[in-house]
Parts: sequence; structure tokens; C-alpha cells
Amino acid sequence: MNPIVSLSNPSGFSGEIMEQTGVNTGLCWQCKCCSGGCPFSDFMDYLPNQVIRLIQLGLKEEALGCATMWICVGCHTCSMECPVGIDMAAVNDGLRQMCREAGRKPAEPDIMAFHKEVTHSIHRYGRTHKLEIMMRYKMHKGNWLADFNVGLRMLSKRKLDLMPSKVNNVGAVRRLFEKTGETIR
Amino acid sequence: MTVFNARKISYFPGCSLATSARESNESLKAFFNQYDIDLIDVPDWNCCGSSSVHSINMELGEYLPSRNLALAPPGRPLLAACPSCYLRLRQSRIAIGEDSRARDQYRAMWGKPFDPNLRIITFFELLADLADAGAFENRGNRLKGLKFAPYYGCMLARPPKMRREKNFFGLMEKVLVSLGAEPVRWAHQARCCGTFLSVSRPDIAAASVQKIMDGAFRSGAECIVTACAMCHLNLEIRSKLPGRTPVLYFSELLSLAEGFGPGRGWFSKHLIDPRPLLRARHLMG
Repeated sequence: MNPIVSLSNPSGFSGEIMEQTGVNTGLCWQCKCCSGGCPFSDFMDYLPNQVIRLIQLGLKEEALGCATMWICVGCHTCSMECPVGIDMAAVNDGLRQMCREAGRKPAEPDIMAFHKEVTHSIHRYGRTHKLEIMMRYKMHKGNWLADFNVGLRMLSKRKLDLMPSKVNNVGAVRRLFEKTGETIR
Repeated sequence: MTVFNARKISYFPGCSLATSARESNESLKAFFNQYDIDLIDVPDWNCCGSSSVHSINMELGEYLPSRNLALAPPGRPLLAACPSCYLRLRQSRIAIGEDSRARDQYRAMWGKPFDPNLRIITFFELLADLADAGAFENRGNRLKGLKFAPYYGCMLARPPKMRREKNFFGLMEKVLVSLGAEPVRWAHQARCCGTFLSVSRPDIAAASVQKIMDGAFRSGAECIVTACAMCHLNLEIRSKLPGRTPVLYFSELLSLAEGFGPGRGWFSKHLIDPRPLLRARHLMG
């Protein structure tokens, strides 16, 4: 009988993750240190160790549909806890990208929308323009009054520049987008 | 050779410090000027990709920092002011360095070979060298009695590939104590502020920030000290406590302690006004 988890040669979904991220999830023995350390685990549907388990068991549908990878901000606290040095943030990067490539609706569409706005801002200017990112994100949400106060206070304290800071050779930056097939609507 | 011996250092401010957190940028430059260290901006630098690009396009997340690596002149360390930019630049550099195909691609993209000797450093690394060289000894006691909560956020945590690298835990305490300040002991110094969740899931970021701000308040700290613009912003905008503890940039406090701050407009940009505290402590007029 084949073992479910192969340490040396992960196959199936674990193999895809290894191909995508270089991380061997087969090494995880479910000690849960990652989940104990994660500052945002209260807000996740699967704990980080459970996401690894989904991958080990080849449950791709469940893994790509989970909210955990979107809630993860890549603070690396889990990696510091992990006794076998699994790069959980990289695994989440890989899952998000697979979710996107599969054309699936993300479990946290707002977080995806935010990431896209930041990415688009870099395409436009070579740098991020916070005010425009916020405004466009608000357009996506359609909820102009949420955080209105915070926005006003930031504007009045000149923490949000009206004009973007730009890269001169923005063409060089845009070529990187083309190279990776990142299309901008 | 220590980094400190290099008098000219390439400087990557990053989007936050170039715009919304200009006070952090200016105080950092002002501080290093005092030590005759020249920070020279990487010409025409671009965004490192922030937390977002690698989250949805890993390949692009590696390419964006690589342009900056190519733009950095050889023979000088590259200082990334923002802890998050630092990580992006370093991770891109490690990924390219360990893969010959990526190195070939780098050469094709930027018309020059990948420089394996380019050293990417944080503000802390430079400061640790200054501290080791005795820069903070006998500098007076301007911060005498100031009780501060050192806040590192996630800047001490790193991906497994970097876990054996030097870590600067305790550096803020070491430097500020030598200038007379007193650190408090508290539980939240390495708790992540929530970064972009502050926009896309403010409920989650606010919960994290609340724990941090509450912890600082209960520890008796008069101020929180951070080296990260993202942390600074989140602690200020997502905190709902009355009588909130002011959040200072490490570089602002250093400049004040050395007696050449504040610059115009540093503290007026803070949403939690630190000036009453600083006046009471005779750190500003």
C-alpha cells in the first residue's frame, strides 16, 4: 500500500505545492506550533497545520477554497515556531496563486481585491499610490462611509499624498508584468 | 568589514517612507548624517511589490525587487529602510542567487550579471555596528526616565531560509537604555500589527492592534517605539483606547536623544500627538 505522505518524494497535490513553492509539506508532523503562534488563527476557517494536512491528504478543493491563505499576512511567526522549517507563508502564496489560476472565487474576495489594487497601482506608477488604492478599493466595496473618519484624519495629517510618487522608467516595470502574464483591466 | 566602515550606502526608502511616513525617512537620514554616513537613494527605484504582489503572483513578486537589485551600484551595501521591503529584496536576492536559471534570466532582463556580493541590510544592522563602535556611550542622558515599550512587530520573524541569520532582538532596548530610557516588559512586542488587513479586514487588524495598545498601556509605557511605517500607521489608526499611548519611530527618538530633532512636520503627522509627552520630558520646546 502506498503511504499517504511521502517525505522524500511528495506526489499529487503535495507535489504540486512543492513544484510551485519549493516547500515539502510532507515534513509536517502536525505538532501545531504554527497554529499556536499565528496571531490571526482566531479568524481562519482552517488552522495553518490543518491547511498542511489538507495538502498532505490531497484535498485540493478544500485547500483552494479556504479562507486561511487570504487571512495570512506573511508575518512568518509560524515559520519561526516550526521545528522542521516549513515556510507556511510560501505555501499560502502558492495556494492563493493556484486559486487564482483556477479561476475560483476566493474565500475572501475583499482581500483579493485589495491585493489587485496594490498590484495595479505599481503597474501604473512603478510605486504604490495609497490614496488611489484606497479610493479604488472603496469603489470595489461600494461602501464609502466605512472608515470615512480614518481617511479624513489621514488626509488632514498629510499621511495620504494627493499625487503619486512615480518611477521614471515605468516601462521597465510594466515589462515585468507582461513577462508574468499579469493583465491589468 | 563592518557595514559602519562604508561611508556611502545605497538607500531604498520604499513607498511608505517616500510618501506617507516621510517623518520616518527624514529622521533616519538626519540621524545617519550626524555620523557622516551618506545614504544615497537607489536611482529610480520601484516598489518591492509590498505584501500584495507575491500574494497573487509569485513570479512578479520576485521580479519587482530584482530591478532594484540591478539598479543598486556595486561595492556599496544596500539599506532598506522598511522591514517589509527588506524582506522582499532579500528573498528575491536569495531566490536568484541559488538558482542558475534565475541568474541567467536576471542577466537577460537587466543586461548585467547578478552580483552575489551585494549586501542588503536593515537600519538595525547599521545601528548595531554603531553601537558596537561605542557610538552611544557618553551621549548624555536626554531620555532619562522615559518609559518605552519596544515594539518589533513581525520584523524579527523570518522565513526558514533566513532563520539562521543574525537577528537584532533587543537592539532598541540596548541603544535607548544607553541614552537613559527605560524599557517596560510586555507581552506584545513581537505581535504582528495586521498589515494590509487594516484595509481589507479592519475587524481583524483592529483586534490585533487593540491587544498591542492595551498591553502597552497596562505595562505603564509612556510611548511605544517602532521601526516600521506599517506598524506605526496601524497602531495609530486602528486603536480605539481613550488616552492612547503615542507611537514614536525609533529614528525620531534617536534624533531627539542626540539633540537634533524634531524636524519640521515630523510630529504633526502623528495621529496620536506625542508632543505633550515630549515637552514634559524636555525633549522638545
